[in-house]
Amino acid sequence: MAAGRIWKILEQVQDPEIPVVSVVEMGLIRGVAARGKRAIVTMTPTFSGCPALEVMRNEIAERLQEAGWEEVDVRLTASPPWTSDWITDSGREKLRGFGLSPPPRHAGHLEAALAAAVPCPYCNSQDTELKNDFGPTLCRAIYFCNRCRQPFERFKPL
Amino acid sequence: MMENKARESLCRYLLASGDDELILGHRNSEWCGHAPLLEEDIAFANLALDEIGHAAIWYTLLADLRRENRDSYPDRLVFQREAQDFRNATLLELPNGDWAFSMLRQYLFDLYEMVRLHRLAESAYEPLSEAAQKISREEFYHHRHTSAWVRRLGLGTEESHRRMQEALDRAWPLAFQLFSGPEVDDVLVYSGYVPSAGYLQEAWSEAAAEFLEKCQLKVPADASGKRIPRDQHTPYLNVLVDEMQSVARLDPEASW
Repeated sequence: MAAGRIWKILEQVQDPEIPVVSVVEMGLIRGVAARGKRAIVTMTPTFSGCPALEVMRNEIAERLQEAGWEEVDVRLTASPPWTSDWITDSGREKLRGFGLSPPPRHAGHLEAALAAAVPCPYCNSQDTELKNDFGPTLCRAIYFCNRCRQPFERFKPL
Repeated sequence: MMENKARESLCRYLLASGDDELILGHRNSEWCGHAPLLEEDIAFANLALDEIGHAAIWYTLLADLRRENRDSYPDRLVFQREAQDFRNATLLELPNGDWAFSMLRQYLFDLYEMVRLHRLAESAYEPLSEAAQKISREEFYHHRHTSAWVRRLGLGTEESHRRMQEALDRAWPLAFQLFSGPEVDDVLVYSGYVPSAGYLQEAWSEAAAEFLEKCQLKVPADASGKRIPRDQHTPYLNVLVDEMQSVARLDPEASW
């Protein structure tokens, strides 16, 4: 299956801001189609202003061209809006391993998700506190773990 | 099929929406390297990126309506337009000034966005509804952040309270311009595309006044910004636009 081959290639393309998780695990790929030598990938941005989006978009096109597709169309759609619920289980594990506390699945209840305790990705303690809703990238917030006494980052629920 | 009059009105609405986000985003970016705390330096840089991202969404919808190229048209609007053609509210173009002013202005805008996007998510014009749903989740974090700071400073020391009150006295009257102008006209409201400006203004000013009073800030009675048309600007916008476009004017083909 040509579409299956495209998915396999996309699994190798990583988010440059979190270089352990693929664009597929991040839930950014909304659809894939192959027509002869033409590949069409539909992807969605996480945060609207994410500067990594164009980097990923270009890399997807390059990888698919290297793999033999002569014409590659990477389309963007913002609807339905991306939610962190779409990050796969393996993606979540990798985020944790990278030192980023993964977001809880919230089914649209963002407020409830933000009221819940945030486990430390290092020691798993729930005794943590928010330091800043904004961090080094649009998708991260900064927390502090009162048990292992160190700052950590969390992937924001969206 | 959308009628021409409604299409034209919607184009004006989208341009004003994009310009509001772009100009405030640019002002936010000026805090990068200058904010009073490292965390806030980072926060304002994030706010800048978010608002500019939102501007790109509105400009892209405008490109679709005007049958322009989605990829190049937003850049043309940003880098090849004269300052007098921008339709942002003047509050958003004022220099950052005191950090208290920047924070309060951002809070007033975030609340406006929360109230507006909540209703816009039900727009009969599907692309507008989709954009509102996307943007409002991000605005949630903005509002959470800026309202916490307004409270902290309003209820903080004598000095922080005084500076917040000064900021409010200056920003409040101008904020009413967000609800003014031909940018939100009756055609759009009757078509179910956008909520009425009157409704939004009431919802916004009630929620803002209730919160600001809890922060022990006195809400001015002055709503004179309502009378400022959106094609009227301060000389500060010229300076901002000159700087924003300086690279593009030197080298129109410049890329990253």
